Amino acid sequence: MASSANVNLRRRIGNGLANALCLAAVIIVVVPLCAIFFYLLAKGAGSINLAFLTHTPKPVGESGGGFGNAIVGSAYVLGLASLMGVPLGVGAGIYLSEYGRGMFGNIIRFTADVLNGVPSIVIGIVAYSLIVLRQKHFSALAGGAALAIMMVPTITRATEEMLLLVPHAIREAALGLGIPQWRSTLSITLRTALPGVVTGLMLAFARVAGETAPLLFTAFGNQYWSTNPNQPIAALPLQIFVYAISPYDEWHRQAWAGALILIILIVTSVALVRYVTSRGVLRGNQ
Amino acid sequence: MSSLPLKLQTGPDIRAAVDSSKQVRRIPTRPAVLSRLADDAFRYATLLCAVSILAIVGLIFYELIKNSELSIGQFGWKFFTGTNWDPVAGDFGALPFVYGTLVSSLVALIIAVPLAIGVAIFITEMCPRALRGILSFFTELLAAIPSVIYGLWAVFVLVPIMREHVQPFLAKFFPWTGLFTGPPYGIGMLTAGIVLAIMVIPSISAITREVMIAVPQHQREAALALGATRWEMIRTAVLRNARTGIIGGIMLGLGRALGETMAVTMVIGNRPEIAKSLFAPGYTLASVIANEFTEATDDLYLSALIEIGLALFLLTVIVNAVARLLVWSTTRGVPARVHGQ
Repeated sequence: MASSANVNLRRRIGNGLANALCLAAVIIVVVPLCAIFFYLLAKGAGSINLAFLTHTPKPVGESGGGFGNAIVGSAYVLGLASLMGVPLGVGAGIYLSEYGRGMFGNIIRFTADVLNGVPSIVIGIVAYSLIVLRQKHFSALAGGAALAIMMVPTITRATEEMLLLVPHAIREAALGLGIPQWRSTLSITLRTALPGVVTGLMLAFARVAGETAPLLFTAFGNQYWSTNPNQPIAALPLQIFVYAISPYDEWHRQAWAGALILIILIVTSVALVRYVTSRGVLRGNQ
Repeated sequence: MSSLPLKLQTGPDIRAAVDSSKQVRRIPTRPAVLSRLADDAFRYATLLCAVSILAIVGLIFYELIKNSELSIGQFGWKFFTGTNWDPVAGDFGALPFVYGTLVSSLVALIIAVPLAIGVAIFITEMCPRALRGILSFFTELLAAIPSVIYGLWAVFVLVPIMREHVQPFLAKFFPWTGLFTGPPYGIGMLTAGIVLAIMVIPSISAITREVMIAVPQHQREAALALGATRWEMIRTAVLRNARTGIIGGIMLGLGRALGETMAVTMVIGNRPEIAKSLFAPGYTLASVIANEFTEATDDLYLSALIEIGLALFLLTVIVNAVARLLVWSTTRGVPARVHGQ
């Protein structure tokens, strides 16, 4: 009897210990997150003002100047990337959900997942050799192409997942009414899944919005305003990187402010995505 | 009364149509061809999009090989065993970068795996429902923070903490391991590993959660009915069933750590050396590309950097492919979260 009580006690202690360790893990993981947000607010908020948002960078030694061109540049490169990546990703997603049942579909799924794991810097090299080397100069277009390649697998898998959630009966009803299949897919299935698909797009967007590595030798960065797809262009993450590794205090302050703006943009879109998916008819996660 | 002649009129028509199957086919001929054409066109258009994913991966591989030919021809396999990286002399050996990449990723995994699995267990099995949403939102946020912001935070916040507190502590109490010797710069392999750990925890924990949710509920109920405590239930019913998928998740995290560029570049010290101490600065495959690509003026230098990119590509493709197969074999669904198709 005594030994069985001992065993029970040991099991209970083991259980308590496991609970405590898991809780500790959560706390250890949440602390750096809170620390990052705390420092971003503490160090970045003070430097954000109208001039910071609208001016171009000043040379070293002069105070003032801002990230205006970098913010516009980021939006421009992301726009180019979306133009190329969104149709491709959504199209591939439609193929996988509507036609891709067999082995071939699985090969595409597998390749998309593997492409998702290719380091962004490698994709930068490829955009460099495909576009920059041919054009003989850095360009916004090359940056957009690199980001587009990174968006495609995320969008494809999200679109597929959302389209598969649409009940089969709806497709059958549409076909039963004599609507051709392409029309039924676009106007019925895709339309029904649209909130979910848009969610996937925004997640892909948030993911590439902060990418720096593929822009280092494609978009390259620019001190001045530019909206020419064939010229180098500034981008928010690039500018943060350059300012962060510089030796000047003034630039460090601006790097924090830029980082705060970038994270606000990203967190807003992630939160928006979560809000839409938790309310919508189609619940993406869980 | 007026409907009667109508019926009489349609009657023979239908009968005639049924009699001759040719007529039945002929009546809807043109619209069917058009609509089949449109259907086919749509199908092939989406197929083209899907095939372009294969094409992109093929193109990446082709471009990397084509542009690194010069370096492959010049150095062969010695490229990955040489330790000298001297762009001026035109001598390129990538071993220090391979070493730095593997060691920093290993440090990251050692720190991240227990934490990520702990978080996943807590979220799926232990925490109250109300907290679950908030916690998974937090881990999603952690995954959404860009690399460059982790780097910025690490340079200005983590590095001073490492230099003044963590590294002196480790040097004082664990000198016998030989891993914590030398001057505490703050930057170096250990710091890079810690930053990487913070970055890969969300991906490992997300996959772990996914495969744990895929374990059937009745397995848990069976274990609890046999009198298991909650931890025993998790260990025997959940973790044991999910372990293949969890290993897959860990490998996905490894893939991310191997290719991570910006944050590592900012804190690892960027010196191509092989040192036993984790305090020493190092260099990784990804960061040497990030730092030197735009400075590479001659063809051989550029080609050597692209060969490093090729090595990184192959390494991450293999790791990711194995990881995906493991995760797929556990969740059994493609894609994982959709059931009943």
